[in-house]
Amino acid sequence: MEFTFEIEGGNFSRAGSASSDLKKILNQLNIDPVIIKRIVVASYEAEVNVVAHAYSGIMKVHISTSQVLISIIDKGPGIQDIGLAMQKGYSTASPKVREMGFGAGMGLPNIQNNTDQFEIESQPGIGTKLLLTINLKS
Amino acid sequence: MAEGFHHALKISPEKCYGCTLCMNVCPTQAIRIRNGLALLISNRCIDCGECYRVCPASAIMVEQDDFRKIFDYKHRVALIPSVLLGQFPANISIDKIYGVLIELGFTHVFNVDHGAEILKSIYKTTFRSSPVKPMISSFCPAIVRLIQVKFPSLVNNILLFKPPLDISAIYMRQMIQQTGVASDDIGIFYITPCAAKIAAIKSPAEGEKSTINGVINLDSIFSMIYQRFNKTSPETNTVPAESSLSATSILWSLTRGEADHVSGNRIAIDGVQNVISFLEKLENGQTDQFDFLELRACDESCAGGVLTTINRFLTVDRLRKKSTIIKTDNKKLRHNVQAKIKESEDILLKQIHIPKIKPRSIMKLDEEMSEAIRKIRIIRDMMKILPLVDCGLCGSPGCRVFAEDIAQGYSKPEQCIFLQKKYEKNGSLTTEESNQLLREIWGSVKFDSNNDI
Repeated sequence: MEFTFEIEGGNFSRAGSASSDLKKILNQLNIDPVIIKRIVVASYEAEVNVVAHAYSGIMKVHISTSQVLISIIDKGPGIQDIGLAMQKGYSTASPKVREMGFGAGMGLPNIQNNTDQFEIESQPGIGTKLLLTINLKS
Repeated sequence: MAEGFHHALKISPEKCYGCTLCMNVCPTQAIRIRNGLALLISNRCIDCGECYRVCPASAIMVEQDDFRKIFDYKHRVALIPSVLLGQFPANISIDKIYGVLIELGFTHVFNVDHGAEILKSIYKTTFRSSPVKPMISSFCPAIVRLIQVKFPSLVNNILLFKPPLDISAIYMRQMIQQTGVASDDIGIFYITPCAAKIAAIKSPAEGEKSTINGVINLDSIFSMIYQRFNKTSPETNTVPAESSLSATSILWSLTRGEADHVSGNRIAIDGVQNVISFLEKLENGQTDQFDFLELRACDESCAGGVLTTINRFLTVDRLRKKSTIIKTDNKKLRHNVQAKIKESEDILLKQIHIPKIKPRSIMKLDEEMSEAIRKIRIIRDMMKILPLVDCGLCGSPGCRVFAEDIAQGYSKPEQCIFLQKKYEKNGSLTTEESNQLLREIWGSVKFDSNNDI
């Protein structure tokens, strides 16, 4: 079954609400808490990326008994150099955003670490698309 | 539903008139209204006592042991929390309070917060090197239960040490046994400021036997002590307190009481709703890195326990002042119990561990994921048609929980009065049928009493 969450760019006070809603659903589905934690950490990082960098975004979550598929598609500036963005500590976040505790440059590597499959596509000037897969059965 | 899950909170069917206040305040959505009465769902309740605070009918009771039970034992120990001392103004000395407790029939009085001496040394060293972070204190039994039911991913973060109460009980039993008394002749009674401690004592973790024989509620002891003060001359009955409660142990049950002893990054949070919103963030990885969390269900921690009688801020103020006095008092005199406990440290440390705590999620809709998915679809569909006014007339705390109750088969959509109107209009429900549905929720007394209007 599929769930859709809208993400508002620039609204840091709401950052994380989609991931919190997702967590509630995963708990209701009796998914292993350890796996829930990985999913939520990954979705939260991805959600914050949209809030921090893009104008708006949509997170779609498809859940089956074998896996959770998450796609996060945003409208925004996109990523110029994905290889660079995947490096730990690399960040284009403004000092102001960093002061708020976001933008430490750990987001994308952290998402990758918490997922079984990680795909990223980006078109500068248009937006970024993340495709995350987490297996429920090993 | 859950086996061996004891609750100290009971709802009196004689007094309850089905008002929804408790249902709406419950942090784990453990209450529904059925047949005009509040109904407690056993596996959801964490014994925090929030319902007890709001009940306008005094219909929620905290069960306790009959006071006369203490006389079943030759040696009768009153284990008292420091917050009991904070119920009385400064002109009533600790020695006088102890004196009255002896007059009431106890042979020994011991402050549970002495047990904190054993934890302090552990707290200084344990947390920074711990592989699991943050460690969460096991002090507050309502918090331990909250984590089990609502934050199952955090059960392994709970520190597996007994709280001062249990340590003190073990210590006192040993001390008395050392004088040649058989364990069966020793009755240890805890004067409790809250319901959760009772529940924890009456249903200890698997394979454990509580060393505490009974529980007496702090509010009833408070009344007994006050009655004695009114009767006797204040000069006659004083029993020197076991003195020497340390200046920091007396504050252990207050907010920051534990956190102040931790070396490492620590935070203290009180109030069950505050704890819930913090743990939500922690689970999502949205907090700073902490080594230790002190979490207490009551606002101002045990000073705000549901069975306390005095304003929580007064209690905190009085205990802080007592702590300052202890600090400046004759230190030699005040150190003998602390030293004695330290002598028993090795023996106590061997008994300090509690078994692993298991998750008991109340959030899962079904063990089987495919079945849970089916139920989640029902919830989603219901959320589209429910009015989202959270009126509670369906007998559930708000539309979302009502939708979950429907998915679980506990409720029917036509219990919602908004939906009833729609169903009546399209002819699928008669007025008498919808009346009967409301009667089942609110009881015939409430529902039929205004028939003449």
